[in-house]
Amino acid sequence: MSRQEDDHPHVFPQGRRPGEILFVTVTMMIALALLAAIPWQTTWLPGKGLAAQPRFWPALSLGGVVLFGLINALSRVRVTRTPGRWQEAALWLRSLEFIGWYMLYVLAIPVIGYLAATLAFCAGLALRMGYRGRTVWIAAAFGLFVVLFFKTAMNVKIPSGAIYDFAPEQLRYILMRYF
Amino acid sequence: MDSFIAGIDLLARWDVLAALLIGSIGGVLVGAMPGVGAAVAIAIALPVTFSLEPIVGLTLLLGIYGSSMFGGAIPAILVNTPGTPVNALTTYDGYPMTKRGESRRALSLAYSSSFYGAVLSIGALMLLAPVLAKVAPMFGAREIFLAALLGIVLVVVTHRGQVLPAAILACLGIFLSTIGIEPSAYTQRFTFGQPWLQSGIDLIVVVLGLFAVSQALVLLMSKDKPIVLPKVDKIGFFTQMRELWVYKRIATVASTFGVICGMIPGVGEFMSQFMSYSYAQRTSKTPELFGKGNPEGIVASEAANNSVPAAAMIPLLALGIPGEELTAMMLAVFYVHNVVPGPRLFAEQMDFIYALYISLFLLNVIVVAFLFFATRTMMKVMLIPNRFLGIMILTFSLIGVYTLRNSLTDVAIASAFGFFGFILKRLELPTSPVILGIVLGKLMEDRLRTAMARVREPLDFIDRPIAFVLFLMIVVAIVGQVWTVMKARRATGKGASNG
Repeated sequence: MSRQEDDHPHVFPQGRRPGEILFVTVTMMIALALLAAIPWQTTWLPGKGLAAQPRFWPALSLGGVVLFGLINALSRVRVTRTPGRWQEAALWLRSLEFIGWYMLYVLAIPVIGYLAATLAFCAGLALRMGYRGRTVWIAAAFGLFVVLFFKTAMNVKIPSGAIYDFAPEQLRYILMRYF
Repeated sequence: MDSFIAGIDLLARWDVLAALLIGSIGGVLVGAMPGVGAAVAIAIALPVTFSLEPIVGLTLLLGIYGSSMFGGAIPAILVNTPGTPVNALTTYDGYPMTKRGESRRALSLAYSSSFYGAVLSIGALMLLAPVLAKVAPMFGAREIFLAALLGIVLVVVTHRGQVLPAAILACLGIFLSTIGIEPSAYTQRFTFGQPWLQSGIDLIVVVLGLFAVSQALVLLMSKDKPIVLPKVDKIGFFTQMRELWVYKRIATVASTFGVICGMIPGVGEFMSQFMSYSYAQRTSKTPELFGKGNPEGIVASEAANNSVPAAAMIPLLALGIPGEELTAMMLAVFYVHNVVPGPRLFAEQMDFIYALYISLFLLNVIVVAFLFFATRTMMKVMLIPNRFLGIMILTFSLIGVYTLRNSLTDVAIASAFGFFGFILKRLELPTSPVILGIVLGKLMEDRLRTAMARVREPLDFIDRPIAFVLFLMIVVAIVGQVWTVMKARRATGKGASNG
């Protein structure tokens, strides 16, 4: 039972995951920068107690990030490092490609409409992931289902596409209302 | 009794029952898809429930919460891949039984023991409700502050081997809760002159990013694995239910472990499963068969993990303390639907509490009936490739984020948290402390400010019995953690000197 081993307290685990120190360091640096910005990003109210100060909780929480980050860094120094920090960081960055797809999808909705944007997003991403033939059609059908369920049936609040303005009067209403 | 009847009255509506049905079956389906899980489904469905009445929206999400583990047992038994992390132990005996051609029997035992564990747990919850209602009025601002602080401390210290990262993430969550215009003196905090930051960081956007978008990224960056589904025979419903009777002792003990572990925040399913499995193995006539397809192993694992969700609702509803990731999600769900879990809920809305308990019971009945008849059809969801699931989650999550305010900024924030969550998942770090920090941070700030207005000396803060007990529990949790660190350090030192 490997779970049994997991239940033993291990304060200094056998190895560090690649990228762990990098992540904690970046988090701490951001926390330190935010901590340094406290004087002009928060207010100190004269005559009020510490717990009532608007500055108290941001300072306490950011201080906590820095303090625990430092203790973590110190406790992990002696732990064997697993190589591959920068490969791991590169993998993190590679995932941003999908964030890019996602943002493009959102940007496309007010222009080409929810239906076209969703079909393009699902089918396009399926092609990008290496699927071909029937799976791409299934992805497009899934996109169509999402639009029909959420926009047409449940009428969720999603802006209509600017492209719909070019459609004839009656079709335009249908497109704007249901797709 | 009046509250109980009022609770039934709250539920006796077609829309509530339909929500429960959709949530329960939806929960089983997402539970059966390895890599999706209840947290992702709840994150996606949460904004969609906005337009619904709180009781309708909550029963829908409660259905997903309570039924996902049922579904998680299916891939654990059939293809050796747990649908949700807590079904991992089910693979030990479930998959060997499938290899022996006993997949139907293994599934039936998993369903019936899950049902048994859940019903026992709901019974415990109902028995405890009146007690909690009596204690509830004793909670003031300082007790609620200390309970919230205890929740954060417990969630941090129970992340064994990750206590310091969990503490960093909890502090980060608390910091995120402070961004925007603070409600007492209306000053701005960390808005950097940006109007979109003045209203703070929306909890739903963070939840969607951390749970749904991040999981989509994990799946899109992974590889598809070919899955071959085994043959599952047809057996009669009562034949299947009857076999649990043979293992009633293990099922009862495992459920009891589940109830106890569920009630203690941060302990949850893993500990209860481990204790139950160890007990079943120790007392079995065939301990050598554990891990090789012993039905007792499945009963111990499934009864234990399914008795946790209802029991975990006790600290969640009574004190507003979530025990783990999924209950942290449910806490967010309650807040979003303007239901503030805590002592007052028991004092003022006992009918609502009973309605939740009855919903939990009903969803178990729905799920077990559904699974006994539809397993063979629904197991096909396991064939959906990982990366295709990623596309599906990303498409669904847009609805959640974008329909809130049609704001591109919200999508950008959700994407940023999705990226952050992806890194956390890659590093195997927990996401729940961030959510907990955001939810409880605001509450702690508000309650501490109120409480301190009546405190003259520091000791006044804990001069009431419940406040003192909560304070003592916080001290014990922290001292216990420090003691564990010292002990482990000494052991490491000894090991080094011996070596």
